[in-house]
Amino acid sequence: MSQPESAIADAQAGGPSNGTPEPLAKLAARYGLRRAIARPSLLVYLRQLWERRHFVMTYATSRNVSKYSNSALGQLWQVLTPLLNAAIYFLMFGVILGASKGIDNYPAFLITGMFVFTYTQRSVSGGAKAISGNLSLIRALHFPRAALPLAYTIQEFQQLLISMGVLLGLVLLTQEPVTLLWLLIPVALALQTMFNVGASLVLARVGSTARDLNQLLPFIMRTWLYASGVFFSIEDRVVGPNGAGLPQWVADIMYFNPAAAYIELMRDLLMQTHPARPYIWAVCVFWALFALLGGFWYFWRAEEKYGRG
Amino acid sequence: MAELTEELSRVKAEEPAVPSTDVRVHPNPEPAKEGTPTVIVDDLHIIYRVYGAASDTEKGNAVNALMRLVKRQGRPQMKEVHAVRGVSFVARHGDAIGIIGRNGSGKSTMLRAIAGLLPPHSGAVYTNGQPSLLGVNAALMRELTGERNIVLGCYAMGMNPAQVKEKYDDIVDFSGIGEFVQFPMSTYSSGMGARLRFAIASARSHDVLLIDEALATGDREFRRKSQDRIKKMRDEAGTVFLVAHNLDVIEETCNRVIWLHKGKIKMDGDPQTVLAAYNKV
Repeated sequence: MSQPESAIADAQAGGPSNGTPEPLAKLAARYGLRRAIARPSLLVYLRQLWERRHFVMTYATSRNVSKYSNSALGQLWQVLTPLLNAAIYFLMFGVILGASKGIDNYPAFLITGMFVFTYTQRSVSGGAKAISGNLSLIRALHFPRAALPLAYTIQEFQQLLISMGVLLGLVLLTQEPVTLLWLLIPVALALQTMFNVGASLVLARVGSTARDLNQLLPFIMRTWLYASGVFFSIEDRVVGPNGAGLPQWVADIMYFNPAAAYIELMRDLLMQTHPARPYIWAVCVFWALFALLGGFWYFWRAEEKYGRG
Repeated sequence: MAELTEELSRVKAEEPAVPSTDVRVHPNPEPAKEGTPTVIVDDLHIIYRVYGAASDTEKGNAVNALMRLVKRQGRPQMKEVHAVRGVSFVARHGDAIGIIGRNGSGKSTMLRAIAGLLPPHSGAVYTNGQPSLLGVNAALMRELTGERNIVLGCYAMGMNPAQVKEKYDDIVDFSGIGEFVQFPMSTYSSGMGARLRFAIASARSHDVLLIDEALATGDREFRRKSQDRIKKMRDEAGTVFLVAHNLDVIEETCNRVIWLHKGKIKMDGDPQTVLAAYNKV
């Protein structure tokens, strides 16, 4: 009675009465019980995620609301933060460092780059914390874990919609005309969002076991920021006569960087004087599909392990 | 037996996956008979990884992060806690199982493994349908109003908008927090917070219900209400697991008690026998 074995004996009471102990796994199979923790197939997983869409949306909105709930200005900060950022970067790089050499309409160039990059940066760093920062939630409730990184990206997307309003206003202030190309802005943002979701899914899985990632991320992000041509034109600085004078293929590789590609794409759409890059759409579509499909598959592979932390 | 388990699990893995988190709308196709196994725990081991508390004190700075990475090389400050060490038992339809034991004996960990939230290190848990833990605290946000938290908590438990709408008034009524529902939860007294959390968590019915010390919340009036609610949920659920330090509640509601000690089953049997032995220690 007082030993664990009694439980096994208990199990045999319902089993065949031929005297030999029946393994518990067999008993489970006989009654059609399933493993409590099992990874669903990819299609089922997608459907479960779709069923949780209300949770994802509400969670994202709630996080955005609670973020500014303690400040007096409240949700106004969603507009003020990007505006202040734009002002600081313009002061630093446009006025003091004079990085604007050779770039037409430098304010629009800089602010577009900054806002587009910030969207990807914040989604990716949010994704890295989506699992490791929500262990108590994961250990309390059932839902497809991909809902968390997804919610973090949607939260950033909601923030981006406000930033885009600020960005379009600033770009108009710098005398850029409204062109038909502006109609493609939602497409560009959709592609970037696909990339962000994929990248944050990858980082979420990596961050769920590699605890040091969160400490290292700011470092990686700063490097990425400088490599993505936010403050300067990669073409001019790498290949041009005033720059490093490196061969053209170095610049081409740097433009293949997804962040650089999405920044260039948005500049092409917003600024008339900006020279269009060849194949930019192809690169953006490639990264969107590659990151989304690969990231989702990679995240799903460890679905049942996220509770362990 | 271990090989057999592995064999079977491999067979199971190859089966077309069944939507296991999807039981909220339709209960089991054929109502389970009294005495049919609903939860089988087979030689379950759970090991937690615990990281040194130092990693929380220095954050954000990239240089710091790099330094720590360099210093730590080959000497990770990680400890493993063997929380559950080889537990096996079979729970049947109609069982209300109390789980007792000292703090840190692995009770909550085992419940989470039964709920399918913590992966076992070895061994397995087999269940019929999706066991649910009664508790929604982790999904709520203190800075948000009670209203928003009710909606968020309901979605987190897997409800759809129609169900949330249907349950909303019931949750507010049951919690009895009145107009405070429009204030942020951070302004609530601890009793009010606990009442709202319980009201949200108990708004859903479950196949296999796992309750982790949810009873001792709120004032006497609310405790009576919540005990009634739990009784009702227990009647609806096929199998109930109840973790509590309050032995009276266990004696009152359970027909079987499992005594965990340091991650192992020390005793498993009818409440009188086990509780008598437990009280003697």
